[in-house]
Amino acid sequence: MTTPDTIDQIFVITKHWLLGYVPAPLQPIASAILSVLPVMGVFPLLFAITTVLERKGLGRIQNRYGPNRVGPAGFWQPAADGIKSLTKEDVVPRNADQIVHFLAPIVLVIASFIVYAVLPIGRNMVITDLNSGLLYFFAVGSMVELSVFMAGWSSHSKYSLLGAMRATAQMISYEIPLVLAAVVVIMATGSLSTVTIVNAQTGYTMGFPHWFVFTPWGFAGFILFMIAATAESNRSPFDLPEGESEIIAGYYIEYSGFKFALFFLGEYLGMFATSGLAITLFLGGWAAPFSFLTWIPSYFWFFAKLLVIIGVFIWVRGTLPRLRQDQLMGFAWKFMLPMTLLNVFVAAAWHFLPTGIIRWAVCTALLVIPFIVFSMGLKQNKKLQVRTYRFAE
Amino acid sequence: MFGSGVLKGMAETARNFLGSYVDKDRLTTVQYPEEHAPRIEASRNFPFLVYDGPDPMAGLRCVSCFICEKECPPKCIIIEKSTDKKPDAVGKPQAYPVKFNIDVSVCMSCQICVEVCPFDAIKMDVDFEQTATSRFDALLRTKQQLAKSNEYYHQIHPTEAAAVDAELAAARAKAAAPKPAPAVAAAKPATPAPTSAAMASPVATAPPTAAPPAPPTALSSRPEAACRSGETRSATTEASPTPDAPAPPAKETASE
Amino acid sequence: MSIVFFILAALTITGTAAAMALRNAVHCILALTLGFVGLAALYLQLGAQFVGFTQIMVYIGAVAILAVFAIMMTRSAGPHPQPAFSRTWRTGTLIAVIVFAVLAYAISHTTLAPATLPQPEVTVNQIGDTLMHQYALPLEILGLLLTAALIGAVIVAMPAKQEAPQ
Ligand code: SF4
Ligand code: SF4
Repeated sequence: MTTPDTIDQIFVITKHWLLGYVPAPLQPIASAILSVLPVMGVFPLLFAITTVLERKGLGRIQNRYGPNRVGPAGFWQPAADGIKSLTKEDVVPRNADQIVHFLAPIVLVIASFIVYAVLPIGRNMVITDLNSGLLYFFAVGSMVELSVFMAGWSSHSKYSLLGAMRATAQMISYEIPLVLAAVVVIMATGSLSTVTIVNAQTGYTMGFPHWFVFTPWGFAGFILFMIAATAESNRSPFDLPEGESEIIAGYYIEYSGFKFALFFLGEYLGMFATSGLAITLFLGGWAAPFSFLTWIPSYFWFFAKLLVIIGVFIWVRGTLPRLRQDQLMGFAWKFMLPMTLLNVFVAAAWHFLPTGIIRWAVCTALLVIPFIVFSMGLKQNKKLQVRTYRFAE
Repeated sequence: MFGSGVLKGMAETARNFLGSYVDKDRLTTVQYPEEHAPRIEASRNFPFLVYDGPDPMAGLRCVSCFICEKECPPKCIIIEKSTDKKPDAVGKPQAYPVKFNIDVSVCMSCQICVEVCPFDAIKMDVDFEQTATSRFDALLRTKQQLAKSNEYYHQIHPTEAAAVDAELAAARAKAAAPKPAPAVAAAKPATPAPTSAAMASPVATAPPTAAPPAPPTALSSRPEAACRSGETRSATTEASPTPDAPAPPAKETASE
Repeated sequence: MSIVFFILAALTITGTAAAMALRNAVHCILALTLGFVGLAALYLQLGAQFVGFTQIMVYIGAVAILAVFAIMMTRSAGPHPQPAFSRTWRTGTLIAVIVFAVLAYAISHTTLAPATLPQPEVTVNQIGDTLMHQYALPLEILGLLLTAALIGAVIVAMPAKQEAPQ
């Protein structure tokens, strides 16, 4: 084995070396533990780093410094926050449903953690390669909604219930475009396994990679997927469930101390997971962007891409104002859904058209023309209208 | 085109982000403990006691007259009067405060104590870093902690301090003068105390000080300082017991 | 039959039983969700990945959420005053026991299949192939049905048109 290969596979080799010391009957369980523990360590660490990067980035976007007091350049801030949230009093409202209130953050964090089982974070580095991995991802992801509802309902507060309603409505609405945007990749690779999907993108033509994002349907799918992922992870501009200015903190308003921190952890883990899935589906997973860079370890590329996507998330958060509820729903059903459906057709057309420039032209046109027509239609609808209100009886 | 507005916004924030690293002028944040925003002369936070000369305790201008204690709306001043006397800022023997406490946690920075004090003994500070590690005694500022020199007063409120100094100098000069103008004194029916004369408007004090040979320093600084004194007083202190009109208010002050 | 099976079976039965016994509608749904999870885990244990994940996606991701939404919309989330057992619970139990006995008898005396089959390796690809080729028509009909339901839902939800003034 050559040196770059050894570095690339260092974690896999270490795992097998460690497994050699475990007696044979315990090997399956030891193998599972050895695969899971790093994931449970690395991603919360990434969460800590992201919080400080996000606050610094948002600060710079608003011409502020951001946190710069705790430790060098403020990078111990998450540690201080962690200590603070651990030592805070854990207040549970008297009228709250104690058990459900307690379970909600736990369900959220568990659901956010177990989706990582199918994310390939490097060559041969995936906890389990399910042949219906994507299905698993979306199935487990849908459990997050339930925990959000549990949190909002059990708190017995108007605001948390409103937040939970907004969150569940938003997650249901955006789950459809999310899955439909991912369907194009399933169509292209003919597999639901995340590992197969990444392997399909590892080739190079003239030094350029075969990532799906470099096809018309892949590009559109990537953009649509990222929009839906932003909404799914309740991030700005789709952060209505939290809307600080209207419903204070939404479904976790009644949580304090460590449980509140768990909600944050769950939210960021969900964001990393969907970003990781976007990387897997469209950005070639752990594949290097150019063929001459393949000597750099695969996991490095995965995390580099992940950081770039997180950066874009922060950038978007610092730019866009929050949507209104009807705009949010309208956007989901009137823009995202038609565009993702159209994208599915384009992906099919790509599959059946002969390779060459014509295929490119046809598919691009199929996507761009409806988009332009659509945006012109939107412009015309932008007249001021008399607002009508419907009141609850 | 749909989404072009989003891209425009993203470009703007990106410019902000990068610009804040290149152009330090974009960052308006004052890094507080290390940097301070320039002090505004008119700012006020918490009262302090002014003293003259080198010894803080001996030089206190306060004569323990209890006016501020009575006037303080939240009643946060606690004064204990001395039994003996010592010369005050003007040179007259007066009582002095044995105890002079102000509770920081109660004071509402209203400046009323400053406005009612006839002796210019209490003034507003600009120091806002009033922290303590306990809720009780540490927040009760004593005479020792409150005493700050006249030089410090000049530093934080130069205009006001110059006016006050001019008035005090005038009063001192008047007290030192060997009663040279009985006509003027007779003109005033109520014969106000020297201090209240010092507090009276420049118009009232000008004739007596102008007539006798006064110390040259007081003379030289008098005219413009007196003018300014009149300005600041009328502009900043409405509730002052020192009005602008010459004779009748002088009577009022005396009767107060 | 392994230990895992019994644990999962116990989980499923506890969940569904609690869904019937609990008096708070939200608790019922959460207990039912637990039952769904147990059932999905049972499918997965049998190697039926597709069915297991679809169970989670459809029943937890959609059915439970829908029920929860209905509860949030209406105000019936408070504890229910009715007791857990209705007056006819004896008859109900009797019927349940008889049905169970019949089914158990039938299953234990069946000669249709050998007791142990080799576990078939069903992949998602195969399921897709079968659905798209052999069962294309039923699939299309199902799609049509769902579309009709969707349109119906939209029509129900549409605001009533204002009556034109006469
Ligand atoms: S500033 Fe106001 S509240 Fe504070 S001591 Fe003076 S009179 Fe009292
Ligand atoms: S009013 Fe002035 S002189 Fe009188 S007690 Fe207060 S500070 Fe002292």
